[in-house]
Amino acid sequence: MATIEFEGKSFTVDEDGFIDSFENWSEEWVTYVKGVEGIDELTEEHWKVINVLQDYYKKNGIAPMVRVLSKVTGFKLKHIYELFPSGPGKGACKMAGLPKPTGCV
Amino acid sequence: MADEVPKVEEMAAINHTPPKTGWMDTPAVIRPGMYCYSAKAKPLNIVGMPNGRDWDPIEEDWHLPENWMEIVLEGLHDRLHRFRSLQLFMDVCVRCGACADKCHFFIGSGDPKNMPVLRAELLRSVYRKEYTLAGKLLGKMVGARKLDERVLKEWWTYFFQCTECRRCSVFCPYGIDTAEITIIGRELLNLLGLNIDWIATPVSNCYRTGNHLGIQPHAFKDMIDFFVDEVEDVTGVRVNPSFNRKGAEILFITPSGDVFADPGTYTAMGYLILFHYLESMGLDITWSTYASEGGNFGFFTSHEMMKRLNAKMYMEAKRLGVKYIIGGECGHMWRVIHQYMDTMNGPADHLEVPKSPITGTVFQNAASTKMIHITEFTADLLRHNKLKFDKTRNDNYNLTFHDSCNPSRGMGLLEEPRYIIKEMCNHFYEMPEGTIREQTFCCGSGSGLNAGEDLELRFRGGMPRANAVKHVHEKHGVNTVACVCAIDRAALPPLMDYWVPGVQVAGVHELVGNALILDGEKERTEDLRFEPLAGMEEE
Repeated sequence: MATIEFEGKSFTVDEDGFIDSFENWSEEWVTYVKGVEGIDELTEEHWKVINVLQDYYKKNGIAPMVRVLSKVTGFKLKHIYELFPSGPGKGACKMAGLPKPTGCV
Repeated sequence: MADEVPKVEEMAAINHTPPKTGWMDTPAVIRPGMYCYSAKAKPLNIVGMPNGRDWDPIEEDWHLPENWMEIVLEGLHDRLHRFRSLQLFMDVCVRCGACADKCHFFIGSGDPKNMPVLRAELLRSVYRKEYTLAGKLLGKMVGARKLDERVLKEWWTYFFQCTECRRCSVFCPYGIDTAEITIIGRELLNLLGLNIDWIATPVSNCYRTGNHLGIQPHAFKDMIDFFVDEVEDVTGVRVNPSFNRKGAEILFITPSGDVFADPGTYTAMGYLILFHYLESMGLDITWSTYASEGGNFGFFTSHEMMKRLNAKMYMEAKRLGVKYIIGGECGHMWRVIHQYMDTMNGPADHLEVPKSPITGTVFQNAASTKMIHITEFTADLLRHNKLKFDKTRNDNYNLTFHDSCNPSRGMGLLEEPRYIIKEMCNHFYEMPEGTIREQTFCCGSGSGLNAGEDLELRFRGGMPRANAVKHVHEKHGVNTVACVCAIDRAALPPLMDYWVPGVQVAGVHELVGNALILDGEKERTEDLRFEPLAGMEEE
């Protein structure tokens, strides 16, 4: 597990750069991932995706399936990729502080 | 990070020239793109697997327990006594080479240690040193060597470059099942905490929540409810699945990938449509939010873990008081059920021999396990003309069928999926002989290797399969690969995007869901993916 220091905060991350626990998520983390992801500016649309992901995770303990994310935000998958170049998992979930899903996925 | 995958031309230029040095003198190279991240302490500790710790395969120091060698050799000793097959496979190989070029990883990588015979030699060489007189006296001359850290790392590298698909064993004149050697190799590594995260985390999730993804009961129901809405959008009919319903006749269990990840989700919608269709004909079936996983990644760690995870399905069947289980479109689940269940957790005497409530067919093949594959169930319905369907709704799909390794080689399920596809679709084309049925090529991602960080390995291993798809894609315009495995549904889409762009992946029951005509349905204009049906495209 590597450690990332950013704007006075310390984050422990896995090999793919996901934070070790949702509890350790903060807005500084979003700013950090924004830089790594190469996103110029965070818009309301980015925050809509992040909020939907986090609300779902708090309720269900898992990221929503991509189709649910798409339906609830009203964004097509293509648009989610425009917002988060690495996609809903490695981009959006990472930024929202969610763990990555494993198994037959 | 290993997101960078070599370009197709680079990947396709495979070097099959062996290294100048002999295999014992050529150390294993662990490099990004070709290995999976290590299993960490947390998931191993949750299930009580030994020596959980945080370690990194590309670092020199793996933080092995001090007596690691003793642990491994004792582990080998114990297994040689417990598994006669292992003892036989250690002794009997004559190194004829029949298996050498049958492995998809060897074909796609050119690495001689991916020849099944040589992969087995990695373990066999240590066996010879420890257990044969010639090996003890003559060492390297007779292919024997001492266990050391380099050997251990070589095991880890290559036992996680094998998908346990068993294609090699089809060609072995002695019937050596190299997958079983990998299975034992992984068990020995597991004694030292040397597993991979993509296996260990699903195992601990499954132990905690009943499925690999860690979906809790309320979330599982939430996901199925989402599909109920989606099915209504497409068909105009509201289906009404039940959960954890005591007294139901049948329990349905499918891989959790089907309820979470595309394109498996369309297959899940297909199941729901079929069950709804049959409800008025007497089908009495329930889903479980506890036994919510057909797959068994425990199978990729140890026999004991496989047994523990398999037990949950049968315990849930007992708790609900069902008569038998229908299993969904899963791959390795069927190897576990067909080859191990009977003497492992079974026989399942608390259940009854599966009998179709619609046709009366008794599935004697499942007399011991009490569990049938959903394509057996559906094929039987079709044979008895119990389904009304419109196959033109699948006219946009030019299909081929990928035999998933475990249902085909592990249980002989060859005809049923094909029969259903041919009934449900107008355009079906087989891939060439030698790449299908019991000789099917693996997706390259089975046995827990379908992670995100080993894409180069997956695309190399999946190359022979993709190549056969490419053939029918170019010859017949095939645009869809059908399959009956959730790992396939997760692994084949990126594989196709890489080698054969323009080919998508579908489960067999997605096709069933498209074609079935439901009572009271609206005029169907879209398929389950919300794509317009053939002839319904807007100008």
